[in-house]
Amino acid sequence: MYKIITKKQLNPTVTLMEIYAPHIAKKAKAGQFIILRIDEKGERIPLTIADYDTEKGTVTIIFQIVGATTAKLNTKNEGDSILDFVGPLGTPSHLDGVKKACVIGGGLGTAIAYPQAKALHNMGAKVDVITGFRNDELVILKDEITAIADNLYITTDDKGFVTDVLKELLEKGNKYDIVIAIGPLVMMKAVSNVTKTYGIKTVVSMNSIMIDGTGMCGGCRLTVGGEIKFACVDGPDFDGHLVDFDEAIRRSSMYKDHETRSVKEHNCRLEGMR
Amino acid sequence: MPNMSPNKVEMPVQAGNIRNKNFDEVALGYTEEMAIDEANRCLNCKNMPCVSGCPVNVRIPEFIQQIAKGDYEKAYEIIKTTNSLPAVCGRVCPQENQCESKCVRGIKGESVAIGRLERFVADYHLKNGKEQIDLPKSNGIKVAIIGSGPAGLSCAGDLAKMGYKVTVFEAFHTAGGVLMYGIPQFRLPKEIVQKEIDALKEMGVEIKTNMVAGKVFSVDELLNEQDYKAVFIGSGAGLPSFMKIPGENLNGVYSANEFLTRINLMKAYKFPEYDTPVRIGKKVAVVGGGNVAMDAARCAKRLGAEDVYIIYRRSEAEMPARLEEVHHAKEEDIMFKTLTNPVEIVGKDGFVAGIKCLEMELGEPDASGRRKPVPKPDSEYVTDIDTVIIAIGQTPNPLIKATTEGLQTKPWGGITADDETGATSIKGVFAGGDAVTGAATVILAMGAGKKSAKAIDKYIKGI
Repeated sequence: MYKIITKKQLNPTVTLMEIYAPHIAKKAKAGQFIILRIDEKGERIPLTIADYDTEKGTVTIIFQIVGATTAKLNTKNEGDSILDFVGPLGTPSHLDGVKKACVIGGGLGTAIAYPQAKALHNMGAKVDVITGFRNDELVILKDEITAIADNLYITTDDKGFVTDVLKELLEKGNKYDIVIAIGPLVMMKAVSNVTKTYGIKTVVSMNSIMIDGTGMCGGCRLTVGGEIKFACVDGPDFDGHLVDFDEAIRRSSMYKDHETRSVKEHNCRLEGMR
Repeated sequence: MPNMSPNKVEMPVQAGNIRNKNFDEVALGYTEEMAIDEANRCLNCKNMPCVSGCPVNVRIPEFIQQIAKGDYEKAYEIIKTTNSLPAVCGRVCPQENQCESKCVRGIKGESVAIGRLERFVADYHLKNGKEQIDLPKSNGIKVAIIGSGPAGLSCAGDLAKMGYKVTVFEAFHTAGGVLMYGIPQFRLPKEIVQKEIDALKEMGVEIKTNMVAGKVFSVDELLNEQDYKAVFIGSGAGLPSFMKIPGENLNGVYSANEFLTRINLMKAYKFPEYDTPVRIGKKVAVVGGGNVAMDAARCAKRLGAEDVYIIYRRSEAEMPARLEEVHHAKEEDIMFKTLTNPVEIVGKDGFVAGIKCLEMELGEPDASGRRKPVPKPDSEYVTDIDTVIIAIGQTPNPLIKATTEGLQTKPWGGITADDETGATSIKGVFAGGDAVTGAATVILAMGAGKKSAKAIDKYIKGI
């Protein structure tokens, strides 16, 4: 069992939890992920490691309530435990040698973009951060990012998309060694399309459907540069200019019907408990 | 009285058209009368050819004699001296190629049903026996085992019996490896596997789940920082092979690993009671001809698929699956399309809509000694399908290799290890089972685990 040490509501649908798992905290690196299972009947879901603290022995996860499992997770409180918590999985991000970066977070992706931006800042790189949300109410991690970013640009859907901000920055003559884009697949695709015309190296983080996270099921497979890759072991970071996003978007909808049914049943169960 | 019937006593099974709608065990096991009757077919040969056919050398005629006398617990004790998982082996061993293939009774008629008798004894014990565990005196020496499948469990059991302090590291949340995630409930009930694992725990074996070797610890750290005196790698063959044909990334295409794991380990067959979903569809094609392919096809049928096809590029005679599994699949209305090779998975709106295949014929024997299938000209056709399951094999997972400096492997990924001892290129590191051989059988993996346990004991004692 893995204990929830801290729980913080970042916005109405996004929650942060620090989980006690010292053996994972000791090994975790930026860009890696964990898989958790809440209870005996739960499914295994991957979540990117948002932060870790080797002294406290904790691993931080940030999740958005999108389905039955995340809804159930959100009912857990400080002091409660999660049945299974495994990691660190995946290949860490390679950030060596970067002098100036633009880190882009879309919605929940901001939670994962933040540790990347922080790692770059700590390495001495200049970091511009662009974050995008549906509306003002959903903005997360503003203070934290302001503390480490050279410039932070927050946009909401009524004002424009992250790609609009990125284009503006590039047109103004900003030069970046790397653009890191983390968020919904459509956003990462759009960012990659923009940077491709400017020839800027772009890294995206693929959070595919998977079970084991060790290369065993192949469910997380995607096409990168014409080859099959497994997000769990070859990624989750990939070259945004090589990823077949249309295929990835299609694959992410594989269980849509099941998800609807599962959420419905889950809500019924919650109702029943009241 | 010896039973001179040329045929095995038949084992009762659930009827095909009933069992293809449930996940309960297919074969129901012998009654005491049946077991005694069958035990009396054994001639108790002096030279015991059957024993030499068993990878873990179960003392077969001895335990069968005890069944004939009605002393089932004694029979169990005899089996248990060399086999740590009898209830599992009695169900999933390919006895027809091993012990039973050497049986003298098999020369004229059918061999003694050794597997069924082993299962009977193990089940009798699980139901009626009192586990008398003579806890070995601990020698306090730590040995680490990576992987809790058949190789790891048998190695752990033998080392624990010798007094070692054994820790088994498992990547999944449940111990058992392929016995839990791969082989379906109706062929190997998970409660039985769990009981065998619990018995090991009672012997003092510690099992740590959620531990991915190569990620949360390295082999080097086990030896040099955590004071393990030896490491056994039994991490299996977990990396699924794909066919590399167009359409393999369409929604509705599964590796057999993923399909079976969703069903067996995550219990997707009980969705939405359990949270993990699986897509079945009405028409399912399973590509491959091994036991894994049969398991996947039979699961799909049970989950409500109307038409389930096994698509295999050679003929039925070349199928690597056990004969019994092929029979069982046919009884459950699985359809066989042999001498058929898929060349493309056809999609519609991102989902699988059909499978394009070529008809094949058998040509000259290839490197495996089997006749090589060659395509018939102009034989391409499309079958409507909504789910495709690829069951053409697995190779060892590269995670441990990638993080263990100096660990030699073969070009296809198998760990290089000595046949007799499992010793690898690193001192104190042993390996066995599918991680070394590539996908094979439960019993071969168990045999390798046993050999390595012996070798680890010798290595630590400096013999």
